[in-house]
Amino acid sequence: MTPEEPKIKIRARNLSFFYEGGHQALFENNLDIPEHRITAVIGPSGCGKSTHLRTYNRIYSLYRGQRAEGEVLLDGQNILDAKTDLLALRRRVGMIFQKPTPFPMSVFDNVAYPLRLHFRLSRSEVEARVEAALQGASLWDEVKDQLRKSGLALSGGQQQRLCIARAIAAEPEVLLMDEPTSAIDPVATLKIEDLVLRLRQRFTIVIVTHNMQQAARISDQTAFFYKGRIIETGPTQQLFTAPREKKTEEYITGRFG
Amino acid sequence: MRDRFNYEIETLKQRLLDLATAADHALVGALRAFAENDETGARTLVEADSAIDAEEVGIEEECLKLMALYQPVAGDLRLLVTILKINGELERAADLASGIAARTLDPEGQPEPGGERFDFSAMLSETHRMLRQALDAFVCHRPDLARRVIASDDAVDALHAATVRDVRRRLLQYPKQAGYTLGCLSISRALERIADIATNICEDVIYLEEGQIVRHAQRLDAPENIHEQHDSDR
Repeated sequence: MTPEEPKIKIRARNLSFFYEGGHQALFENNLDIPEHRITAVIGPSGCGKSTHLRTYNRIYSLYRGQRAEGEVLLDGQNILDAKTDLLALRRRVGMIFQKPTPFPMSVFDNVAYPLRLHFRLSRSEVEARVEAALQGASLWDEVKDQLRKSGLALSGGQQQRLCIARAIAAEPEVLLMDEPTSAIDPVATLKIEDLVLRLRQRFTIVIVTHNMQQAARISDQTAFFYKGRIIETGPTQQLFTAPREKKTEEYITGRFG
Repeated sequence: MRDRFNYEIETLKQRLLDLATAADHALVGALRAFAENDETGARTLVEADSAIDAEEVGIEEECLKLMALYQPVAGDLRLLVTILKINGELERAADLASGIAARTLDPEGQPEPGGERFDFSAMLSETHRMLRQALDAFVCHRPDLARRVIASDDAVDALHAATVRDVRRRLLQYPKQAGYTLGCLSISRALERIADIATNICEDVIYLEEGQIVRHAQRLDAPENIHEQHDSDR
């Protein structure tokens, strides 16, 4: 295997998805997510991009009547299998949501939460890992003197980085980000983008975004979804300069959607 | 937003085509002025070149503005990049045409009365056709036409090589007309370069339409031509 061809971390195979009542949201899609790369998922509202992302850590299993068919292979293991340990899966595959979701507790406890949930650590180990995670999320310098302050008291951009710190504290292998910058201002957005680019060395990242320029700026490969189907997947540079499919061209140049 | 962008792009394309027409007129006018020893016409053409330069800058600024404001991608991005590049190519073509016109103003640039003149009509008509068809390929989205124009560049190279041989002969045969003969060598080289410019534009059109950069593939495909070219320039 050459350095240009990274290992595939996640393989979605013939992946279909149904909401309660049988409404089909995804139609037998195939997608490879390369390890230590950023994959952007783009497409108009309702195209199934978030639904697709939500299968990677089975978060949809929290909702009644939702089911996925096909396979999602994480390091070759089909996580759609009924026997999958969901808590272990979600430690390996972390998620960041559109709106920051800090827990109603202190900055420190927000980041310590997954550490206490998943690992048995001494107090000093927890402190060290909380600091490392806050450093990793580029938030440490801004909050180191107010670790006891409520996470909810931070600004929107800081809250989102706190959520990233919380996610990476669990030392996941994959980070899923569902429109992580759509609720924050452009400066905070650029900070998060810088952060995502840095995190690429440690994690495999899949990011759903409405912001086409963001996808173009930060991702290595891009998948375009339309009406529940993957229309085109390719290296980001190629997809944004010379897409192969007419639908992709129409979407990214703003001719529809 | 999309409508506004389309309108801006169409306006920009029209400006580029007007620039192309100006460059083409400059080329044909320069050869005519030289053949007829029309100093007034030549001077007008040399002076008009600064307006072409200014328009080239204007088009470039407009391209940069649209890139910054609309952050285009895919076909839109390729179109703006292509306009930017063709714009530069046309300005260079107009510069070369202006250089041809300037030969008319050279006191030693004309043959002695009754002396044998160089005939550039074949080379001019080929170069002029290539330039016009390159722009047609751009306007009509025709990469096939662009490829045909690229292929026809060899004919102009051959005509230039023939002129070079003729120049060598005449320098020995009519040493008193060396000024005129050498002026004609530079006119021939300018025409050959304008044909190259048409080729460059065609390569940009192929990129625009197909998303593939063919520039170096073309050059690598024809190594013998490069050698011929260098030999003929010696």
